[in-house]
Amino acid sequence: MQKMLTIISNVLRGSARRNGAQVVSEATSLVVASRSYADFTPEATFDIKKVDLHRLEEGPPLTATLTREEGLKYYRTMQTIRRMELKADQLYKQKIIRGFCHLYDGQEACAVGIEGGITLSDHLITAYRAHGYTLTRGGTVREIMAELTGRRGGIAKGKGGSMHMYTKNFYGGNGIVGAQVPLGAGVALACKYLGNDQLCVSLYGDGAANQGQIFETYNMSSLWKLPIIFICENNQYAMGTSVERSAASTEYYKRGDYIPGIRVDGMDVLCVREATKFAADHCRSGKGPILMELQTYRYHGHSMSDPGVSYRTREEIQEVRSKSDPISMLKDRMLSNNMASIEELKEIDIAVRKEIEDAAQFATTDPEPPLDDLCSHIFANDQPFEVRGATPWTKLTSTS
Amino acid sequence: MASIRCFLRSGKSAVSVVLRREFSKTSPAAVQVNVRDALNQAMDEELERDERVFLLGEEVAQYDGAYKVSRGLWKKYGDKRIIDTPITEMGFAGIAVGAAFAGLRPICEFMTWNFSMQAIDQVINSAAKTYYMSAGAQPVPIVFRGPNGSSAGVAAQHSQCFAAWYGHCPGLKVISPWSAEDARGLLKAAIRDNNPVVFLENELMYGVPFDLSEEVMHKDFVLPIGKAKVERQGTHITLVSHSRCVGFCLDAAAVLAKEGVECEVSVVL
Repeated sequence: MQKMLTIISNVLRGSARRNGAQVVSEATSLVVASRSYADFTPEATFDIKKVDLHRLEEGPPLTATLTREEGLKYYRTMQTIRRMELKADQLYKQKIIRGFCHLYDGQEACAVGIEGGITLSDHLITAYRAHGYTLTRGGTVREIMAELTGRRGGIAKGKGGSMHMYTKNFYGGNGIVGAQVPLGAGVALACKYLGNDQLCVSLYGDGAANQGQIFETYNMSSLWKLPIIFICENNQYAMGTSVERSAASTEYYKRGDYIPGIRVDGMDVLCVREATKFAADHCRSGKGPILMELQTYRYHGHSMSDPGVSYRTREEIQEVRSKSDPISMLKDRMLSNNMASIEELKEIDIAVRKEIEDAAQFATTDPEPPLDDLCSHIFANDQPFEVRGATPWTKLTSTS
Repeated sequence: MASIRCFLRSGKSAVSVVLRREFSKTSPAAVQVNVRDALNQAMDEELERDERVFLLGEEVAQYDGAYKVSRGLWKKYGDKRIIDTPITEMGFAGIAVGAAFAGLRPICEFMTWNFSMQAIDQVINSAAKTYYMSAGAQPVPIVFRGPNGSSAGVAAQHSQCFAAWYGHCPGLKVISPWSAEDARGLLKAAIRDNNPVVFLENELMYGVPFDLSEEVMHKDFVLPIGKAKVERQGTHITLVSHSRCVGFCLDAAAVLAKEGVECEVSVVL
């Protein structure tokens, strides 16, 4: 240890003139190189919080095993989501991103944990706070940021924006609160119809949980035993209305009534993963739907036009950040169990920062979609046709 | 429909449109079929042709359809493909659209189009707009169908015509046929189309018989969506209509013909 510190201080002193990041990375690579990977614990088992059960005899296990690779992957993905959202905040304030922008920072453990419990051949649909899911479902930061800035390199070619991003087996990104839940049940119906052993995860928030169409969906999914996992991301506030002010029953995991439910700590990526695995097994065994409530928190306001402090206190936000931050929780777990080193995680942070910077650069410089795109993609598989513009003599061509 | 109106309004291209329009078929009649049976046969043939097609709605299965349009289909295809839903339009319309997202080809029946207002968000925001918002990544091959417009004394809440409402939405193809031939050809085309289609039938037309030729009865007979049709040739004035009112136009034309006025009756489908 002493030898390593001497090496580091020598390197640092010798390169006082070079920029900080370079020095740190040099020092880091030195440290990393001198410490072999055999030193790290390859796998560790952690106690996780017991979940609350509704209409279930047993729940997910009380421990979760995390491998080093998984840990680093979850850390990197959560950090990517976090930095991407913060970058979007910055770009929005610079008016480079316009329109709606609903940020996901604070809730990263939900997206990453859920993906850890299913596969990419399963299906997922969520509401408008969708940037994190677009990433975990296979989108790249570049495509996502370019979509936020409305450029042609965006994941929806600049025509969807923040709320309408799609990838394979990911159906957005939906703007109408609650409408995505029956859509998810339809996807689950298709899974059952085609007999492909896939399932659909259908997400909604605490605000949407009071929507009538969700109860209609509970009914039909149960009747027809659809392979659907309903997930309520309860971040305590529907825009500015707290759960106590909007729901007569805030036990969202019980609101499915005849549908079994579990309430899970949504700030712990391992809790979320184990719960999702449990739910997926339930669905795949043909038992029908299951409901998961993830107790989570968003640091930002509802959207970029909401400072987020008129209906909650700064102290509350600070408390969650210091006590339950999902990324810190994973980091502490890995460090205290010798599954990674601080330097290694810092390297990941630097790499993530660079990825986000590159993506932001692309998103800012990529050209906007061409005027022809304004009227294209109205119909699928059709011959091109003319669309009248704002005046009878302005016409655009619509292509499929 | 919108593009046809556009054509008809611009004076310059009116003549060329007339020349391009189809004459209605006058081939020898093979069989008399009413609109209900034409729709039933169209759905039956499309269900047989493509495994991914299925029908869902209230009373479509065991009741044989509220207006008997889906008679016999449940007996033939079973629970998997003909699905009775609870009375939850918004929910089952959303489920139908979601199934279309994931690769199936649903036919979603509204008992009447008046009830579609409970589900109109799913029809417009989830079905019609998705292909555009996803820049072509997510097509929605769904047909919404059911009786529309006037009926016999069912009062205000059950008599609204939605042609104008839905016709104004980009991304939706809206069809409102009159004859059994049109109903058959256009329903088959709608089911085969990869876009969301709003298919407006009329309850009072269900029982009306029409002569259908052998060509029309072929299992691959489809009509092009969005193309108007001339039901009656004329030279003095053009009457334009859709759905049940076409019959009234033809009656009016017959009356006027006695006075020497030849009406052309054009059907916007």
